[in-house]
Amino acid sequence: MAYNLKEVVANKPSRFTAGHRMCAGCGAPPVARMIMRALHENDHAVVANATGCMEVSTCIYPYTSWTDSYIHTAFECAGATCSGVEAAYKSLVKQGKLKEEDGSKTKFIAFGGDGGTYDIGIQSLSGAMERGHDMTYVCYDNGAYMNTGIQRSSATPRFADTTTSPAGSVIPGKMQSRKDLTQIMVAHHLPYVAQSIAMTNFKDLYEKAEKAIYTEGPTFLNVLAPCPRGWGYATEDLMKINKLAADTCYWPLFEVVDGVYHITYKPAKKLPIEEFLRPQKRFKHMFKPGNEWMIKAFQEEVDKRWQELLDLEEMTNKNKGGE
Amino acid sequence: MSIRERLSGNEASAIAMKQINPDVVAAFPITPSTEIPQYFSTFVSNGQVDTEFVAVESEHSAMSACIGAEAAGARAMTATSANGLSFMWEMLYIASSSRLPIVLTLVNRAVSGPLNIHNDHSDAMGVRDAGWIMLFSENNQEAYDNLIMAHQIAEHKDVMLPLMVCQDGFITSHSIENIELIEDEKVKEFVGKYKPEHYLLNHDEPIAVGPMDVQAYLFEHKYQQAEAMKNAKKVILEVADKFEKLTGRKYGFFEEYKLDDAEIAIVCMNSTAGTTKAVVDDLRAKGVKAGLLKLRVYRPFPVEEVAKALSHLKAVAILDKADSLNGAGAPLFTDVTSAMYTQNVHVPAVNYIYGIGGRDTTTKELAGVFEDLQEIVKTGKVDNPYRYFGLRKGGK
Repeated sequence: MAYNLKEVVANKPSRFTAGHRMCAGCGAPPVARMIMRALHENDHAVVANATGCMEVSTCIYPYTSWTDSYIHTAFECAGATCSGVEAAYKSLVKQGKLKEEDGSKTKFIAFGGDGGTYDIGIQSLSGAMERGHDMTYVCYDNGAYMNTGIQRSSATPRFADTTTSPAGSVIPGKMQSRKDLTQIMVAHHLPYVAQSIAMTNFKDLYEKAEKAIYTEGPTFLNVLAPCPRGWGYATEDLMKINKLAADTCYWPLFEVVDGVYHITYKPAKKLPIEEFLRPQKRFKHMFKPGNEWMIKAFQEEVDKRWQELLDLEEMTNKNKGGE
Repeated sequence: MSIRERLSGNEASAIAMKQINPDVVAAFPITPSTEIPQYFSTFVSNGQVDTEFVAVESEHSAMSACIGAEAAGARAMTATSANGLSFMWEMLYIASSSRLPIVLTLVNRAVSGPLNIHNDHSDAMGVRDAGWIMLFSENNQEAYDNLIMAHQIAEHKDVMLPLMVCQDGFITSHSIENIELIEDEKVKEFVGKYKPEHYLLNHDEPIAVGPMDVQAYLFEHKYQQAEAMKNAKKVILEVADKFEKLTGRKYGFFEEYKLDDAEIAIVCMNSTAGTTKAVVDDLRAKGVKAGLLKLRVYRPFPVEEVAKALSHLKAVAILDKADSLNGAGAPLFTDVTSAMYTQNVHVPAVNYIYGIGGRDTTTKELAGVFEDLQEIVKTGKVDNPYRYFGLRKGGK
């Protein structure tokens, strides 16, 4: 059945409920809600959450926004925590101590921000993926440590103004480029890795989430989740920012199935990177006279990474055809 | 009939784990506890247990995975030493505050730095306030017996706390001694089935574990942990009674060795107790009324019982295989003297830091401690309560 946003929302109750305390205009809640909606209705899930904005805003004792079972332990170990839950499930089912009724399944989904995933949690994530646990790890990437007040992370793009890479009179923001975590996860040879964004009708995100959750083995989703406080855009512009991230190819949408790349969104007209940078206060200094080189350098990097992706798509599909 | 064997402390712990047959074991190798996950993974490979063995990439992940597994409704176990336990430190608090009865074998080793792989108790002492029940073991038999008793204590509804069983690295873990094992079926029956009240995989009742706990709640939750630790005292003794009925081997909060009529005594934990017993026997043969209190249950700390057991002494030496580096006494000394103070017990007490980084502990040195105690009794004075033995002169 073809994807239809209205039908998905009407027919599948939200498993991530209202009342949470995430900011207006935050990119993470729509991502979490849509990914949880991708679960089949009769199936159960256990969600593991790394410490971060999402955790401190959605599970404040004695309340929870999650209708499925949920566990938070610490910042750097959502991967390992989730792997323990999954190992318990495997063990209990194998021993007949736990039974699934009417063919329903239990799925394991971990959520972490870029801090808990790219940085402090990368070891735990890498270990869990390498061990082959049947789980989906979702990184909601807002490009800095937003929960502690907008400090730079390895996911922060070059030149961004953060509270630990402030755009000063000598050093113009973060001087290092963004780590490409999605490629690191591809290098784990997982059965399914994808990069997505909550765009227009959520089709891309929904379909990738469903594939990730229902592909057996360890799978990884990297989803850009803008932060109005950290990025400095008007809260009502969230969806606009998302679209610009995809249309400028700053955040390409693609999936890698058993090593074969497929770019799921190729903008009809690739927009210049200024379109994405200009509405965000974190890049404001780049538009000052004399700083044109920064925009140029940013554009070059986006172009280089986009071309690499196109090459990978071509190469892996050619290899596939040759088999 | 029990089974007579000859096993190292690590082998004994691994066999106890095999008999317990936990649902999940997540572990990472570190000397001197490495053999435990090694032996155990062989049991897994040969289908002798039902366990999912998670060969994690670090101790932090070992404890994280144990927390995930136990919260999911499984019995989870692990083993570690020294820096491995230090790396788990953050997660130890999360395990206990989430009230997850995970069981860990700690093969005691010096915490870096500098790096040293040999035995002392600095690893255990570094986590003494983490909310774990801590049992110490003199030898392979006690390491085994404590593990067999562990789940009955930890999983009791009035307790629900994680538990670690300590034994001395190399001294116990790698020495082969005689041991009496319990038959598999009897262990299975004794340990029983784990029936958690709330767990993640209960489809009828989804739960949230590890929420954000703000000012209005954390205090009470910590109080509840403290109460559970107090409750553990009663449960530890009840389980010991049941265990005695099964095996004939008697356990309490501590072992009193020739203590009831003693005038001077040593308080210590783990393998040093065995060496001390030999010294006590020698001194007794010479007419010296020496005794020993070997502490088994370090957390919860049996305040009233320890103070009472020492109350008749003329002098006591408390031996610490870890230093607090505070110039004011090491952990066991502080705990024992604090217990005596609050119970109105006034016995001259002296602290010895010894055996650091695997420094050998000899009968001669322990005899020296008793000599010092006799001197204290004679003069009625404790010149310096913070002492060392086995340290080169001047610490150089």
